[in-house]
Amino acid sequence: MKNRALILYGLLALGYAFLYLPIVLLVTYSFNASRLVTVWGGFSTRWYGELVADQKVLDAAWLSLKVAVTSATAATLLGTLAAVMLVRFGRFRGRTLFTGLITAPLVMPEVITGLAMLLLFVAMEQSIGWPAGRSMLTIILAHVTFCLSFVTVVVQSRLAQMDLSLEEAAMDLGARPLKVFLVITLPIIAPALAAGWLLAFTLSIDDVVISAFVTGPGATTLPIVVFSKVRLGVSPEINALATVVVAVVSIGIAVAGRLAHRRERERQDSQRLAAEQG
Amino acid sequence: MNQPLGNRLSGLLRRWGRFLVGLPPYAWLVLFFLVPFLIVFKISLSEMQAAIPPYKPLLAWAEDGVLQLRLNLGNYRYLLTDDLYAVAYLNSLKIAAISTVGCLLIGYPMAYTIARAPKGNRNALLMLVVLPFWTSFLIRVYAWMGILKSEGLLNAFLLWTGVINEPLQILETDLAVYIGIVYSYLPFMVLPLYATLEKMDLSLLEAAADLGCRPFRAFLAVTLPLSLPGVIAGSMLVFIPAVGEFVIPDLLGGPDTLMIGKVLWAEFFDNRDWPVASAVAVAMLVVLVAPIMVFQRYQSKAVDS
Amino acid sequence: MVHQPVRQQSFAPWNDPEARPLIRIEGVSKSFGTFVAVDKVDLDIYPGEFFSLLGASGCGKTTLLRMLAGFETPSAGKIFIDGVDMARIPPYERPVNMMFQSYALFPHMTVAENVAFGLKQDGLPKPVIRDKVRAALELVQMGPFAQRKPAQLSGGQRQRVALARCLAKEPKVLLLDEPLAALDKKLREQTQLELVNIQDRVGITFVMVTHDQEEAMTMSARIGVMRAGLIEQVGTPVEVYEYPATSFVADFIGTANMFGGVVTADAASHVVVRSPELERDLSIAHSGTLPVGAPVTVMVRPEKMTLSRDEPAADWNWVQGTVSDIAYLGDISIYHVALASGRRVQVSQTNLRHGSEQRLTWDDVVYAAWHPANALVLTQ
Repeated sequence: MKNRALILYGLLALGYAFLYLPIVLLVTYSFNASRLVTVWGGFSTRWYGELVADQKVLDAAWLSLKVAVTSATAATLLGTLAAVMLVRFGRFRGRTLFTGLITAPLVMPEVITGLAMLLLFVAMEQSIGWPAGRSMLTIILAHVTFCLSFVTVVVQSRLAQMDLSLEEAAMDLGARPLKVFLVITLPIIAPALAAGWLLAFTLSIDDVVISAFVTGPGATTLPIVVFSKVRLGVSPEINALATVVVAVVSIGIAVAGRLAHRRERERQDSQRLAAEQG
Repeated sequence: MNQPLGNRLSGLLRRWGRFLVGLPPYAWLVLFFLVPFLIVFKISLSEMQAAIPPYKPLLAWAEDGVLQLRLNLGNYRYLLTDDLYAVAYLNSLKIAAISTVGCLLIGYPMAYTIARAPKGNRNALLMLVVLPFWTSFLIRVYAWMGILKSEGLLNAFLLWTGVINEPLQILETDLAVYIGIVYSYLPFMVLPLYATLEKMDLSLLEAAADLGCRPFRAFLAVTLPLSLPGVIAGSMLVFIPAVGEFVIPDLLGGPDTLMIGKVLWAEFFDNRDWPVASAVAVAMLVVLVAPIMVFQRYQSKAVDS
Repeated sequence: MVHQPVRQQSFAPWNDPEARPLIRIEGVSKSFGTFVAVDKVDLDIYPGEFFSLLGASGCGKTTLLRMLAGFETPSAGKIFIDGVDMARIPPYERPVNMMFQSYALFPHMTVAENVAFGLKQDGLPKPVIRDKVRAALELVQMGPFAQRKPAQLSGGQRQRVALARCLAKEPKVLLLDEPLAALDKKLREQTQLELVNIQDRVGITFVMVTHDQEEAMTMSARIGVMRAGLIEQVGTPVEVYEYPATSFVADFIGTANMFGGVVTADAASHVVVRSPELERDLSIAHSGTLPVGAPVTVMVRPEKMTLSRDEPAADWNWVQGTVSDIAYLGDISIYHVALASGRRVQVSQTNLRHGSEQRLTWDDVVYAAWHPANALVLTQ
């Protein structure tokens, strides 16, 4: 018994090592004075200086941020509506097609989605003149489309778990359907909306393939810049950028972890209170 | 049925409310996801031309004023005649399949161990699997370039320990692509596996033990079959996107690592041959339709239950 | 919320032809696909009444309740509340409130906010809402917990808050869907009486759905026993127990020994029935008439039988058998007596004396007898 657990935890630890070692190495070598990857040339923040001085990287990062915030917000709005439709509307005409349109983007290879979206934008511009050219707008439209599915799945599972009688009770107490949704349903599924938004944000700010297809001159996202640099080989500046990303994500997770910890403590306090009441 | 007017009116209103809720996402997905695929199909049947956009319309006015429909199957014929495409398709399927098995071999013990860990630790352990996903995918693939290069960290380590005498060529081989795909897609395998394993009623195993079944046999006879939905979902989540993967083979693979995503990219960006790129996409979809449907079946079942 | 007790010495508006029902259900049916959940139900419920719909799960009682609340639309028939046809009225405009089995307390609101929710929807001024919330919470003794969240309450406290939330709106009818099912036995029994007292004080008509016959008997003025979408019998607890209309009701409420047979003689004061399962004739006191030869079922409750080792003197209404099982329940013991025909009869006897040894034991030959007035003839 003891041995088996040891083996299993050993495998788990190996899995974690596999997942984290590359990231740790990346962070370490971002402080390497030497340009060569294997040679440790002493501690240096030189590459961070070069990164901050690189206007192209900064512009791209700002553009990516705008795209990600806009796409995530729009995808969360549309995805929530889609989830409501799937969970609350029962059977409706075209439901099969709709679930297909929701699940297919989850696994669709990016090269196909990217090509398809670009051809759509070209065809639309030819026939109705909008959207004019490829720009930030076309990137956002494309990102909303594939992020929408992920948000829908996240919100859908929370909505399906929610006790329907809460909505019925609100209606029974005199609230109209729209008010029920805004005052009861929305606050209860809010954590799922936040999770969906964050997921969409991450997918959008991370996307390179679809963006590469639908972008045009003047709209270069951060992943596109990184990709073109990386294709030329290992570059210490990218190590520094990666470290910045890891740092931002770590801080975000630390904050989220603290919040979750506090919520959990509050929950335990509530349970204790409830138990004391007997 | 002779319903009162008011009843019919409120029913109508309710249906309109539903309509207004459903219309935006439905219309969005039809316009931006369904229609594009029809256009891809259309353009795969047209001919390339050096213009903007670089393809000829399917409908054209012939000289005598007759509307002509020009369907061109040449792109598909081209895919069949040039070996490159067939090899790329088969190679993509092979690489995706091997990587999926790799994910399963690494991911199953991880998911199993997490699902059987003390309840208070499970979320934290699972979080550790998902965390790397929140950092950039591109950067994580890039990290492996530095590790796998011939003058990279792995070779330096192996030379230092004396396991090898001269550096191994790993980067720019299929092996590097396998490592990259397994590394990037591992969370997608672990999550659904964990979900099914965690839900499992442990008293089933106790019942099996009580009936005289040894732990390993109980795993084979009870745990494994019950976790099959998770295995299928995880495998589809890895396999389908991996078939069309572009970034990983482009950065980690060599010039002879042929994958269909790379071919499509090259046709589109380097050769600017949109019709052939579209034909490649359509052919890839045909291959992927069956796995996508399996995935969808599982996904809707998982949500319904 | 000042209410006068409305329950008088004899509260029986259903016997008064002048009384106007508060709820009138006329030929209401509800089907889901091919499944008929509620089948042409007619029912009147009177102001101030505590009415229970009693039945096993799947009998249609909850569907009927949800049609009153407006969550389901009848497939046929009409529902009137206070004389108004409810067909066009959505749930949020009906003068009824429902207490859910899960209580459905809004988890993101405090107790006070939960109770205030319904009042806010009515657009009442803030001070009025505050007063009404306080009064409602006082009524259920939850005043000190106004600022708690539902998660910080015990099951019994949540139940009280759910009740207060409905009562605060002072509906004409309060619908209760298995209101006590989530409580443990001790708390449930205590809450039953409390709920009745509160209903007495506020005078609101209660319609409760339950599967627990004891609960229905304890709390209700009248009970509607449902089976497979139909109401089998409507009556006071005494009526449904002592005078069940059908053999289903007789069997569902309490325990019943039932003997199938045919009428062999019909006298002015009693009827004689011959059952192939019994050696002796059955004599049942009754006031109606039954044709000789009619197939009937005779019901005798276990507690209305007496058990002895001595053969009764009478020619009818007794059986002879051996004790096959004894269930000792403390206050009473239940004896299973196996007859020569293979039939088993249940007899319950009160354990009157303290520490008494079992008078009878397994395999004893015994006689179970009953008075003609304690049996009932059922024709359905």
